[in-house]
Order: sequence, then C-alpha cells, then structure tokens
Amino acid sequence: MPPMRSGKGDDIEMIRSITQKKSEEEIDRLLNGLGRIFIIGCGTCVTLTRTGGEPEVLEMKGNLSEKGKMITGHTVVPVACDNLTREFLNDFGEQIEQADALLIMTCAFGVQTIAKQLKAMVVPALDTLFIGKETGFGMFDEICTQCGTCIIGETGGICPVTNCHKGLVNGPCGGTNHGKCEIDVAKDCVWTLIYNRLKELDRLDAMKKYQKPRNHQGEPKPGKFKLEAN
Amino acid sequence: MPTAFKEALNSGKFVVTSEVAPPKGTNLEKFSHHIEILKDKVDAMNVTDHQSSVMRYPSLGGCLLVKELGGEVILQMTCRDRNRLALQADLLFASSKGIQNVLCLTGDSIILGDHKEAKSVFDLDSSQLLETIRILESGKDLGGNELDGSVAFCAGAIVTPEADPIEPQLIKFEKKIEAGAEFIQTQAVYDLDKFKEFMNYASQFNAKILAGIILLTSAPMARFMNKNIAGVSVPQELIDEMASAPKGQALKKGIEIAGRMIKRIKEENMCDGVHIMAIGKEETVPDIMAEAGLL
Repeated sequence: MPPMRSGKGDDIEMIRSITQKKSEEEIDRLLNGLGRIFIIGCGTCVTLTRTGGEPEVLEMKGNLSEKGKMITGHTVVPVACDNLTREFLNDFGEQIEQADALLIMTCAFGVQTIAKQLKAMVVPALDTLFIGKETGFGMFDEICTQCGTCIIGETGGICPVTNCHKGLVNGPCGGTNHGKCEIDVAKDCVWTLIYNRLKELDRLDAMKKYQKPRNHQGEPKPGKFKLEAN
Repeated sequence: MPTAFKEALNSGKFVVTSEVAPPKGTNLEKFSHHIEILKDKVDAMNVTDHQSSVMRYPSLGGCLLVKELGGEVILQMTCRDRNRLALQADLLFASSKGIQNVLCLTGDSIILGDHKEAKSVFDLDSSQLLETIRILESGKDLGGNELDGSVAFCAGAIVTPEADPIEPQLIKFEKKIEAGAEFIQTQAVYDLDKFKEFMNYASQFNAKILAGIILLTSAPMARFMNKNIAGVSVPQELIDEMASAPKGQALKKGIEIAGRMIKRIKEENMCDGVHIMAIGKEETVPDIMAEAGLL
C-alpha cells in the first residue's frame, strides 16, 4: 500500500468544487428583510479558493454588520458536504435558531447538505462554477462534467465534452485561433491539445474517426444510481 | 432533380455565391432589395443564420423570400440554437419548400452575440449535421424511424485554410467531406499564394471549393479582422493599399482589391468559384463581380 499523503489540505491534488463569490448586490437582495444571520464557511475547497474560509467568513461578518445585520454567530465547518456537519453545527444550536437565515459560504454541495440537516432557510453566498483541479498556483481548471457517456478513450484521455466550449467531439470549430478558444484567449482549444497528444502517441487515427451524435441522456437528470444486489 | 446551384457546381463554370443577411426585425425592404440586386448575378445566395450569434429574422424565412423573388438559395444552418429534433424538422420543412442547398456550420459561441445568457445547444456538430442530411435522404431520421416523403439536398460546409494550427482543422475538413459535403466555402483568403498551397491539398477531394472573399471596407476594418477573426489574415501590403486610398474612396479600393483577387483565382483556375461576403454592403457585389470581369 502506498504511503498516504499527509500535510496541509492544499498540497493534496484532489478534485475540488470551484466557487466564486456572488455579487454584493445579489447577496443584499437575497438577505433583504432578514435581519439576523448566521454565517457558515467550509475548511475544504472554499478555503483553497479563498471564497469561504475563515478570512472570508470574517470579512463577510464585518460587511454585513456594517449594513446593520445582526450576526448571531459564525463558523467554518471542516467539510460542509459531509454528514458530520450536522453534529458539528449542534454546538451552535442557539445561535442558529436565533437566525432568520444561514448565509452559507460553501459550494452548493455544502449548502444543500446543510439545508437537509437543519430546519432553517439557507442562502448561498457563492456560485459553484465547476468541479475541477488546481492546475497552477491559484489556477483551477474544469476536468469532467460527469456527462455519463465517457469518450476520452478515443481522445487521448483529454475530455472535449468538458473542455471544448461547444462540447464538440469531431474536431475544432472554425473559431479556434493559435490553439486558443474563440471565447477567451486564456482558454486552450482542447482540440489542439488532443491533436498534439494523439500525434505524440502516434494515434491520430483516433481523431480521424467520425464520432456519431452523442447520447445526451446517458444518465437522465436527476442522476440516481443504485448498487445492484448481489 | 439537382438544384440549380448543384448544376452550376457540376457544370465546370466559375461559380459565384454571396451572402445576404436577414434583418433585425420584420422590415424586409433592404433585405429584399439586396436579393433583387443579386438574384440574376450570382449562382446562389447564402442566407445567414443568426450570424455572430446575433438574433435576427430566421434563415429559413429569408430563404423563402429569396425563392419567392426568384433567386437560388443556400440555407445556412448552425448547430448552436437547435437540437437534433429541431434541425431535422427544419430540414424537412426546407426540402418541402424547395430549399435544397444547405451550408452546415457549427455556429459561433453564444457569448459573442447579443443574447449572452442564452443556452447554447450544439447537440450535433457540423459533420454530424452533414451526416444527418444523408440519413434523412435515405428515408430515415436520426432515431432510425421511417420518413413519409423524401428529402434531397446539396450540402456543404466550411473550412479555414489559414487556421493556425492547420492540422486539426484539416482532420475536421476531411470528416466533413466523408460525411457528405459536396461543396466547401472557405473562410476569407487574402494571400492567394498560400491559398494555392491549400488547394494543392484540397483538390484531391471530390468537394467543390469556393474561395471566401470578404470585402475590405477600410484599413482599420482589415486590422480589426486580423486581430479578432480566427483564421483571417490580411497581408500588410493590402492594408497599406487600403490606407493609400483617398478620403472617401476606401470602399472603392476594397471593391477593386476583391475584384482583382477573384479575377486571379479564376484566371489561374485555383478552385471552383468564390463566395463573396460583403458584410452589410451586399449592394457592392455586382461592382466586385464587374471588377473581376464576371459581368
């Protein structure tokens, strides 16, 4: 068994939920008429992306207090999407009960977990952008959209469904330029990456193969999966 | 029965197509005017499909108008706004109304247009749309169900000869031809020596190639395209030539350049014809053709 990697969370290269703070206007609108607020952050992904860790929770507390909100309490739960979050929040029972709403600075997994666990109105402070990985310091890239019909066996292990803006599976569109995407020069054209990779592997035949229209109902929404009984 | 456009492609003549853009709204006056000017001069008119993702009067509606006014029409179809049900339904409708030339495009990103928050579809891509047309022609739909009544199309697609890198683009180009593209319109070409190199490669395929000609209207417009339009590269000499035009004469200079290029393409027999895009200045297409010695 390989040794477990240890150390701080941010040097473990795991999949993360990537979030972005909602605009101040939107948060104000969502909290309109709600005077007493309990704020919840999370020690995992949103701490890494600096959208819902301790510093951001404290900053939010300061901002909302200035706007006249009464902050009944705040905390950063270790892993908001974990079922143990309920136990962790038990310690804040009274502060949570006093609140008109919980302002939750976690990804939508965390918000929904907490909504299921507590009888309280939840308000997300973040938008969940995608599930991805840190690919450079402070840089996060989407890796998989969980489409249910994986085709990366024919694209050199690089996903065009996720990483082509249009999800094209037969090669690039005409908008690609110098290996970049037509919508943003900061985004790579995945078909240039796939081409380079397959060329390196001497498997360009895979790219030349016509791909039939995709099955967009591999797992019809909402996803549900049940292990079959033995 | 082959369409008039397909007959033109197969006749060996130098084919000329041009683009007409439906209006933003229901005032069809200017659009009709452009159709009237062009219908007896070009072999077919492409009606654009929410070009640059800007919502407009529909391509199908524009095609019906071209037919009514007696022109030969090419339906532009992008995969951006319709799923496979809607695309097939529109193809059935088009064929039933005698609109039987189709240009299959992926479509620009929604984000580049004027409804930036819209959902983009891309259920099919351009090569799959071409394949869909061939499947419909076989009497079935994409679900494998029998069709009551047949369709027939002359289908085409596009290529960007100056794409960088070019190899992924050419793989897609070959897929489009394998999927049934009978004609290919190219993205704008300006460096004809480079275009000849592309044709050395492209002429091995059966598809007819129409070189894309975008009318230059000013030196800044040329620079803008170099900066913003993928795969378009206006050489510095042409930008300088545009800039040398006396005040108020830039458009005239652009018409002269476009005409000169078309003339050379035809004289040197580089490809099967040209597709003229006089974006917003469709009334100049006859002047360009006259300059090229085609009228």
